[in-house]
Amino acid sequence: MRSLTVREALREAMREEMSKDDSIFIIGEEVAQYQGAYKVTQGLLEEFGEKRVIDSPITEHGFTGFAIGAAFSGLRPIVEFMTFNFSLQAMDQIINSAAKTHYMSGGQVTCPIVFRGPNGAASRVGAQHSQNFAAWFSHIPGLKVVAPYSSEDACGLLRSAILDPNPVIFLENELLYGASFEVSDVIEPLEIGKAKIVRNGKDVTITAFSIQVKLALEAAEILAKIGIEVEIIDLRTIKPLDCETIINSVKKTNRLVTVEEGWFFAGIGVSIAGIIMKEAFDYLDAPIEFVTGKDIPLPYASNLEKLALPSCEEIVIAVKKACYKN
Amino acid sequence: MLFCIKKNWEMSVNSNLVEDQYIAAYKDMLLIRRFEEKCSQLYGMGEIAGFCHLYIGQEAIIAAVKLAKKENDCMITSYRDHGHIIAAGTEPKYVLAELTGKSTGCSAGKGGSMHMFDVKNKFYGGHGVVGAQVPIGTGLAFAEKYRNSGYISYTFLGDGAVNQGQVYESFNMAALWKLPVLYIIENNEYSMGTSVCRSTSMTELYKKGESFGIKGKRVNGMKLDEIYEAISDASNYVRLNNQPFILEMKTYRYRGHSMSDPAKYRTKEEVDDYKNHNDPINYVKDILVSKFCVSDEELKAIEKDIKFTIQEAVNFCESSPVPDESELKTQIYVGLN
Repeated sequence: MRSLTVREALREAMREEMSKDDSIFIIGEEVAQYQGAYKVTQGLLEEFGEKRVIDSPITEHGFTGFAIGAAFSGLRPIVEFMTFNFSLQAMDQIINSAAKTHYMSGGQVTCPIVFRGPNGAASRVGAQHSQNFAAWFSHIPGLKVVAPYSSEDACGLLRSAILDPNPVIFLENELLYGASFEVSDVIEPLEIGKAKIVRNGKDVTITAFSIQVKLALEAAEILAKIGIEVEIIDLRTIKPLDCETIINSVKKTNRLVTVEEGWFFAGIGVSIAGIIMKEAFDYLDAPIEFVTGKDIPLPYASNLEKLALPSCEEIVIAVKKACYKN
Repeated sequence: MLFCIKKNWEMSVNSNLVEDQYIAAYKDMLLIRRFEEKCSQLYGMGEIAGFCHLYIGQEAIIAAVKLAKKENDCMITSYRDHGHIIAAGTEPKYVLAELTGKSTGCSAGKGGSMHMFDVKNKFYGGHGVVGAQVPIGTGLAFAEKYRNSGYISYTFLGDGAVNQGQVYESFNMAALWKLPVLYIIENNEYSMGTSVCRSTSMTELYKKGESFGIKGKRVNGMKLDEIYEAISDASNYVRLNNQPFILEMKTYRYRGHSMSDPAKYRTKEEVDDYKNHNDPINYVKDILVSKFCVSDEELKAIEKDIKFTIQEAVNFCESSPVPDESELKTQIYVGLN
């Protein structure tokens, strides 16, 4: 075992795969000479050269379509969005070109591409730089959506995303980049589409992904002290969702709390609720509870920002409610 | 010995095209026209549905590109794509099967008129969002340069796309990274119903790359030989220098923007003037007759062959099944069906 930050883990995944396949290149704003706005791509320019580590102009719509064209032609681009907030500029290309062309072409065109970068709220950067896109992208057939929490998962899943023949949205989290985790000596590619039970429990299931896993783990510690044993599922992949793991857990615990930073309406939690209603309704002993970001643009003021985002306390309250314990 | 009547038509350039090339282009243009006339008829009968944008009037451009391009160069265009995919080498029957929503269509019946693909022939679509094909075509050029293949990207766009921001993002990247892409603006005067002068502040579209250092040229898009020379020169420039280039083809579409467009934004006289005096197929036909003494019989034989090809395509569609319902959820993901 060794210790690795999420940032280093992501870099390791790219370095590993780029060293094995010349058709992989990375493009994005400040990924090369600046060494990455968040230093995820640090050192890659020196190692792989400017042909394969490309600083793009600030031109998201353009370089996204550009990279999709390269992918159609058989290259394997990794597109870094400085943050996913800027992917809105490129949404048409991601949805209409990357996601749909394989289907529209009757299977002829493939688009092996990774769109990666920090997603969701960072800290005090205001509404336009603090949005969670997990639900947005998961809505689209043709896209895979991955959102890891730990370093091991970040590396293993990014390796798989790069190897995947489909467009993969790889949602990172700025606040996790510096977080350290114990990892295997050699991190192998991890299968996309598999959730992970990160804490076993018998009383209630929590689903979470990305940095919300941390909050859920903290909440579980508090809840354990009052006798509630929480099972936490780190979704890791949002699409395709590992329904089986969630359903099996709910069948065991009979209660479910979903946690996400994104908004409630048309969010991941309500989609999971729909699946549970269909597949495990009779196993539920209580209504499903949802912990989500509040339905507002994220405010700047520290106190308001805190109120707008999910908290450990809210998870504790939701779990108690699901367990009928006040 | 046959007596040739030298017609007093104006050769705008000293054409290097030889007789075989004129004949090949004539066949391609006529095939595309007759094909689309059949499409129009089938649309009226309800056999083709949805959006359907005909290329009639603009055929010389794609016929000239076919003459000038190398076999493995790539092409990409927007939704007025029937002529382009046929010129890329796809048999018309597969294109018609796509239009009629059959499983034998070039996109397996899942794409339709606007989403024709033939990757084997390096035709990358068929894109329904105005301008979206331009960065993709620029990326195709990047991939060719990345592989050092020597092939170039022919990226087609209309006059309407010229007002999309991503076109200029593409121009910037193509010039910045010295990419082998030839942008061909097919200026048919109208972006749907809005004329160029009503939509575009500076109407010399070939100059749209100037601020990026991209050279451009305006070409009479109704004259095969003039187009051919321009495309040949521009292709050589793009290929040898790894530099983008812009060609503006002044052309005209006879039909509405799509099948549902009555085209009330222009006069009948305007359309008739093009048909009667500037038709690109008649232009080549005149050259074949007056310069190369191609006989009436030979021209009729060409017509007959094309008629046969179209009938064969119709028969093929009639005998082709619709996609099996099991195909509904296939090809969404590679390896996950």
